[in-house]
Amino acid sequence: MRPGGVLAAGLAVGSVAFTLVAVVGLYRLPDLYARAHATSKADTLGALLGLGAAGVALGGEGGVKLALLAVFLLATAPTAAHAVVRAAHDQGIEPWTRGDGRARDPDAEPGTGPERESDGGADG
Amino acid sequence: MDALLLAATALVLLGLGALPRLVRGPTVGDRVVAVNALGTTTVVVIALVAAALEEPGFLDVALVYALLNFLLSIGLAKFAVERGGVL
Repeated sequence: MRPGGVLAAGLAVGSVAFTLVAVVGLYRLPDLYARAHATSKADTLGALLGLGAAGVALGGEGGVKLALLAVFLLATAPTAAHAVVRAAHDQGIEPWTRGDGRARDPDAEPGTGPERESDGGADG
Repeated sequence: MDALLLAATALVLLGLGALPRLVRGPTVGDRVVAVNALGTTTVVVIALVAAALEEPGFLDVALVYALLNFLLSIGLAKFAVERGGVL
């Protein structure tokens, strides 16, 4: 084992732990917004730790590519989550709240909420 | 390195854990979020295997996979809304 082997193993364990948090959140949280919240943060941190483990173990030539990959993931994972959540919001999917009467069932269909004001006018 | 391969195995199993959300949905957004999480995990698995086998060439595959994963999410988000301004 190389000198950095212990450090790499520790980073890999952290990566697995944060990815486990993300998957549990994806499975248990009540609606799309909470799930995107869980995966966009915990999964990104888990991925960065995993890439760090690979970089420590590989060193040298692969390190530059891994740093590039880490910066790319750090920029794109929250952006993708933002785009998906915004698309869902534009479709009129209401976030789950404690008082709105819907059951806290992770597989329940989301409510679409009150009808948004249409761009046609009220008269007619 | 055995520790890295072990971590890669655990990440593969965790990625499989995201599949029930992919199947059940219930909305398109839930599925896109699940696919995105699965893709991120896959990128890390590829990087860990590259480090474990000491093959830096595998990192190019991981880079392209990350790019495609991002484009998939943006594309599906744009496809889901008619006017398309999601960013």
